[in-house]
Amino acid sequence: MSGAESVGDERSAPDGVDRTPVTDADVCVVGAGPAGALVADRLAGEREVVVLDAGPRFDPEDRLARQERAIRPFYDRPDVWGVGGERDAHENAGDRSYPLNHARVKGVGGSTLHWQGMVMRLHEDDFDSASERGVGADWPVDYADLRPYYAEAERELGVAGASDNPYAPPREEPHPMPAFQPSYSDSLFAEACESLGIDMHSVPNARNSEPYDDRSPCVGYGTCQPVCPSGAKYDATVHVERAEAAGATVIDRAPVERLEHDGDDRVAAAVYATPDGERHRQEADAFVVAAGGVETPRLLLLSASDRYPDGLANGSGHVGEFFMDHLFAGAGGTLDEETRQNHVGFYTSACDQFYDEADESQAPFKLEFFNYAGPSPVESALTGDDWGDALRDRLRDEYGNHVAMGALVEQLPDADSRVTLADDRTDDRGNPVPRIEWTVGDRALDTIERANAIQVEVLEELGADVEWVAGPDATGPAYHHMGTTRMSDDPDRGVVDADCRTHDLENCWIASSSVFPTSGAMNPTLTIAALALRVGDDVAGWLADES
Amino acid sequence: MELTRRDAAAALAALGASGGVALGARFAADRGERPEEDGSRDGDDVPADDEAVRETLTAVASVVYPSEVAGVSEFVEGFLAGRLDGSAHATGVRETVAELNHLANTWHGAPVADLDSADRDRLLREVGADTAEEDPGGTTAERVRYYVVNELLLALYASPTGGELVGIENPQGHPGGAESYQRGPQ
Repeated sequence: MSGAESVGDERSAPDGVDRTPVTDADVCVVGAGPAGALVADRLAGEREVVVLDAGPRFDPEDRLARQERAIRPFYDRPDVWGVGGERDAHENAGDRSYPLNHARVKGVGGSTLHWQGMVMRLHEDDFDSASERGVGADWPVDYADLRPYYAEAERELGVAGASDNPYAPPREEPHPMPAFQPSYSDSLFAEACESLGIDMHSVPNARNSEPYDDRSPCVGYGTCQPVCPSGAKYDATVHVERAEAAGATVIDRAPVERLEHDGDDRVAAAVYATPDGERHRQEADAFVVAAGGVETPRLLLLSASDRYPDGLANGSGHVGEFFMDHLFAGAGGTLDEETRQNHVGFYTSACDQFYDEADESQAPFKLEFFNYAGPSPVESALTGDDWGDALRDRLRDEYGNHVAMGALVEQLPDADSRVTLADDRTDDRGNPVPRIEWTVGDRALDTIERANAIQVEVLEELGADVEWVAGPDATGPAYHHMGTTRMSDDPDRGVVDADCRTHDLENCWIASSSVFPTSGAMNPTLTIAALALRVGDDVAGWLADES
Repeated sequence: MELTRRDAAAALAALGASGGVALGARFAADRGERPEEDGSRDGDDVPADDEAVRETLTAVASVVYPSEVAGVSEFVEGFLAGRLDGSAHATGVRETVAELNHLANTWHGAPVADLDSADRDRLLREVGADTAEEDPGGTTAERVRYYVVNELLLALYASPTGGELVGIENPQGHPGGAESYQRGPQ
């Protein structure tokens, strides 16, 4: 179907799908994003697996129409994947407003449907922030524990990368695909960076640089974030489909409203709603909650009972606390020469040189060299009150010589930055919506200024007129929700243990960035994937011991 | 600069088309609600047929496309061959073209395709399509902006030839490969 407004109405149209529970399920996974999909795929061959997702299955045939939504000015970012409305209502109460519905996709594939697809490993010190940097918390696992899972996650997602980054943690084998070649604008930055003693290197992309896993290589649509029509960018429908082929059952439009427990401190059932207004109980031996950094704590809090009045798995009282995101820092301007931007929607060079300078006062941060600085002509063409030759002249004037750099900065975990349940507001099914109090500390804000200083120095060395700087006052989140069910060996200090199993309920795991005790400054999805694969192994072992 | 059928095919590759397949239930479901009419539309208008859509959009393209663009008729025809499928979008295009022609007849005494270039430009501005923000369910001005003006601009500037006019041969929306970003200025 053509046209941006022709996208199917997956959220409310009757479809005749059987959404009744699966009998004799071994594992129930809540959430069909990357974590849930990888766990399901891991277990589906040997076990009876059912996956419940609050959102719909999206028709692959609609991807071009969704791309049109991404380009046309009428549509806002949440419109591309149908986010919003009463289903996705939320409240903000913190220092900073958090644009939650810009930051997630509900449905089969989850937020990988709209992500950019950048997949770095966390650095070794990220797992030992308290010990090595004097702030934050140590993870109960080390880089060495995750290292084989990182390698496997890179194979599963399909990562294009190179081993030219002297600041990256050690790796045991090359990336599955060669890195994307540097951009033309990277070559301009390289001269400036060389004269300043700043190193540039490739960046790992979960995007095919060559055919991989029966998916296309990148064909340059240039709209990676929020939609890749070619399938070159990994999204979790890959593993959902694989899990289903292996026998898993995936039920969409089935929001889980609460987890019920039995008298033995085990989760007994996931209670979910279906579009026909019915509610069902999905029983299973093991449960894996993989609903992201906001809906995961919300579900645990919604599952309060007489035995667990503060919410399920919340013996520590930390469910929902320590909500973190990465902070954006950026700067950009124009050159007096062409820079060839907006051909692709991902970046190809980065700088991790300053990352491990982190200490008590400076957060880890990484620098990015954009390939999409300045306006996209086709988007600009659809706005303004000009057409014909006047429009052509405006587009020529606007496009062609922009450059920009970005950065992601770690924020420290803070118990006052948190997700709770709203007192008075409910969603479309009458359940309290998430209430977000997002606070950002001085260490992150100071580090944004440090990143800005380097960015401006590079741009000036390049000869650019610096036209904008996104500093502490203009920063925003990178849409990476983390920290709200933190991992700790100590049941008083965390929600899950080192295996991502809840301290309080022995048959319940959490696969999500919500378990991160600290965030580092690297995009989280590769770490989410590595932890999910590890959860899959742990669940498999537990089930084997049980039987 | 000559637009070709290849450009039309490229525009369709960017924006999508399935070609004439009416999907009954979904067709009805995704038409959505229309807001109150703004009074400028004759309730007896019937959606324009494909030929009228082609003639009208080609005529409008001669106004909204840059003057050096040639081959507009073939480009628009090729593009619409894919866009005028059974979708809600196709219906919106047909209905909006009918509205625009109704206004052209009322205000200028002839359909858009029979107006000279200056009158077509004037008509679009009189409708308000120059200052309106596009909205598929909005006022006449907003719908003309969405289904007519921006439909044409999207097709042109998401194509390689349209992109080249403003300095980018692989514009956003066009699957022009993963090499162009590596190349310097030609």
